[in-house]
Amino acid sequence: MKFAIFLGCNIPARVKQYESSSRELLSRLGIELVDCREFTCCGYPLRNVDYKAFLLSAAGNLAFAERKGLDILALCKCCFGSLKEAQHRLRENEKLRHEINELLKESGLTYEGGSQVKHLLSVLHQDVGLNALKSACTERFKNLKIATHYGCHALRPSRVTTFDNPVAPIIFDELVAATGAASLKWHEKLNCCGAPLMGINDRLSMDLTQKKLDSGLQAGADYLCTACPWCQLQFDQVQKRMISLNGGKKPLPSILYPQLLGLCMGLDLETLGLNQNQLEINNIGSFLTEE
Amino acid sequence: MFFNVLLYGSLLVFFVGLAYKLITWFSLQIAASQKDFKTGQRVVQCIKGILGAVFSTRILSLLKAFVADILVQRRILKEDSLRWAMHMLIFWGFMLLLLMHGLEKWISEPLFSGYASTANPFFFLRDIFALMVLAGVGLALYRRFVLKVPRLRTKAADHYAIWILAVIMFSGILLEGAKILSHREFMRMVQDYADTDDPDEVKALESYWVEAMGLSSQRVHPPFSPETLKKGMEIHEMSCQSCHASSAWAFTGYAASAIMRPLAKKLEQAGTVDILWTIHILACFLGLAYLPFSKMFHIIASPISLLVNSVMDQEKSHPANLVTRQVMELDACTRCGTCSLRCSAAPASQSRGNTLILPSEKLQFLRKITAGKKLSEMELKVLREGVYLCTSCERCTVVCPSGINLKALWSNVREDLIEREPQGEALMLSTFSFARGLDRSGPGDVQEDKPLKDAWRTVIEKWQPTEQGSVVTLPAGPVSEGILSRDSGTFASCFGCQNCTTVCPVVGMYEDPESKLGLLPHQIMASLSMGLGDLACSAGMLWSCVTCYQCQEHCPQMVEVADILFELKNIAIRGPERSPSSFSGMNQSDRLT
Repeated sequence: MKFAIFLGCNIPARVKQYESSSRELLSRLGIELVDCREFTCCGYPLRNVDYKAFLLSAAGNLAFAERKGLDILALCKCCFGSLKEAQHRLRENEKLRHEINELLKESGLTYEGGSQVKHLLSVLHQDVGLNALKSACTERFKNLKIATHYGCHALRPSRVTTFDNPVAPIIFDELVAATGAASLKWHEKLNCCGAPLMGINDRLSMDLTQKKLDSGLQAGADYLCTACPWCQLQFDQVQKRMISLNGGKKPLPSILYPQLLGLCMGLDLETLGLNQNQLEINNIGSFLTEE
Repeated sequence: MFFNVLLYGSLLVFFVGLAYKLITWFSLQIAASQKDFKTGQRVVQCIKGILGAVFSTRILSLLKAFVADILVQRRILKEDSLRWAMHMLIFWGFMLLLLMHGLEKWISEPLFSGYASTANPFFFLRDIFALMVLAGVGLALYRRFVLKVPRLRTKAADHYAIWILAVIMFSGILLEGAKILSHREFMRMVQDYADTDDPDEVKALESYWVEAMGLSSQRVHPPFSPETLKKGMEIHEMSCQSCHASSAWAFTGYAASAIMRPLAKKLEQAGTVDILWTIHILACFLGLAYLPFSKMFHIIASPISLLVNSVMDQEKSHPANLVTRQVMELDACTRCGTCSLRCSAAPASQSRGNTLILPSEKLQFLRKITAGKKLSEMELKVLREGVYLCTSCERCTVVCPSGINLKALWSNVREDLIEREPQGEALMLSTFSFARGLDRSGPGDVQEDKPLKDAWRTVIEKWQPTEQGSVVTLPAGPVSEGILSRDSGTFASCFGCQNCTTVCPVVGMYEDPESKLGLLPHQIMASLSMGLGDLACSAGMLWSCVTCYQCQEHCPQMVEVADILFELKNIAIRGPERSPSSFSGMNQSDRLT
């Protein structure tokens, strides 16, 4: 199986460990990744400002993947959501599709809708499959309680993203459970991490994050688990700042899913980049037991 | 005399220009918000920094950068092999010509005991190097005007760089060709180097040169008798051969002489050798004198930038050196366009009609600002958008062949630009602010952060109802040509169940949400149904929305609440004067010529 990997803007600059761990993991699982340097921003940050600029940005990436005859594998949930939104809008609105295609001509591209967009978690769940994941694991977690964080832009609007059941999703929980860890029920599971307001209204952003952290801690979680650079930065870098601002609060560190699964598959620690997380997560290894 | 006056004159201009550049490096700064250092302090810190790097293990990094980035130009190779070939041909061809031929008195002559410009291998190498430069120039023209590499913009400075090289090389080759033909040149050499002044012997030598060396003579004409040639050859071997290889070795000049041969007599009469020599050295001296002020200055600044890049660190280096480095980096940019080619936000440059979103173009404006040039309001506005509309992906910094730390430039300038605009920058109300938020150590919100507050207030105030009433009225019910696009017409189905507001995590954060958020989601939908678009656009809720789509997912009427909020944000930022035009056109007014 072959995908064009879509890294987006945050991962190469600020969450490199997400890229390195995902690449290694996927290659072990037989998924081939193609790098396209022509990919640009998915358009997500433009949505507040200029929808058409957003659409052109997203459509350019989709059209490029289409020309290469590849489906897209996105690591970021906001990239995933944006590309799905653009596909949806361009499918529904013919006038807009025509207009965007006129603009794409300048770069020699055309959007026809010929490429699929998938998130890493869907690829692992559907294309690789839980059984294959389980058999790839040489060790499993025991007594590890994970607060699984779904991430808004993959789940909703479900009519557009078709990622999972928006009210009672299971994909991510099953993926976490495949590592032997327990994926907890927690109240704030499906809510926002707070990242979209970071830099605009930090206080509200951090309050939303705190609410999630409190809910996770209350459910008894040892770690949060994410599969999106925005959520991860919010739970990692921003939580670290929140701790230094508020002092004393117990941290609830976050681990990226490919790091979690990678540990069970015995990937080397350098590639998994646990040390690149700002909040200490090295202890998670103590929950591992051999098969 | 003429030569020396020109040489020292252009050297003087060159050194004055170089000194001027160095002074700007140590006295200017790219952003007023940076800490002020006195020029003296900056020079001292720079010297300390250089000594610190040279006398430590960091010398290895410097050496590595020197070989890999400057001599082999690995960074260009990584980007594009054709471009690498172009640049390597020009760089090596030009440098070797400069060292071996241009500076022969100071380098080649002392270094090689048997050096003569007309002796091999130098005679042959000079042509090889010239051909390398010309091939490189040809590739440069091909890339710019035939291949039309995307986002590689050609301005006067780029034309100058290409043409000055082309003129130097062509005039040199033609000069060589003219000299091969020239009888006057031949006679000069006979006078200077031949051991004979016997007219018969000179004639024999001349015959041999016409036969074998490409000389054009009006005195002797082929066919020559074998005896004459033999005699000529003997004199040639005795007097000439040790310093003058066969003309054919200078293959470009030889080819030029073949082309010019039919006109040889006229060319000789017109004094072509002298004319071409004058053009050649004038072009060289112009290139030298103008170098500090032209794109060619990158010959000096880019290697410095690459070396600096290999040993400096944003965190550890002395802040004075960081300031100096940034001014120097402005000169290291060649506008090669690599950053713009790889820029994540490039499509926005197309749709917003703002070329200053592209890093290489933006940097040219930073140059102007740094040099103290006053930009117009319009230019500032476009530049501010260009600087803020950046996803902070850092690709520009990773790919820059000159090793410029572009991301640091942007973040320093960004603060200056948004601080000085009392109307605020609306783009701050987007997730483009995320990286800026991450960089902050404390919390900031629309009340504490002045630029944010300005942006927020300006957008909201635009929509406050005036004394004359509403700024914009909307048709009630489903809209087709109204303020919202057809796609957002679903608000008309809202029956006021308030599910959207109930599930909204932001609303849930407040005891008294109306006072913080203005209108709540269901109230925004209701306002739209009542045609109160201005009211909807002025709601603080828009800028507190986390876009989590809980509202939309939970609407029993399939109202696309979050999408409508997105569109309202677009409209709110555009302002009432530019609406309703939400989906009808691009941002034409931001177009820069």
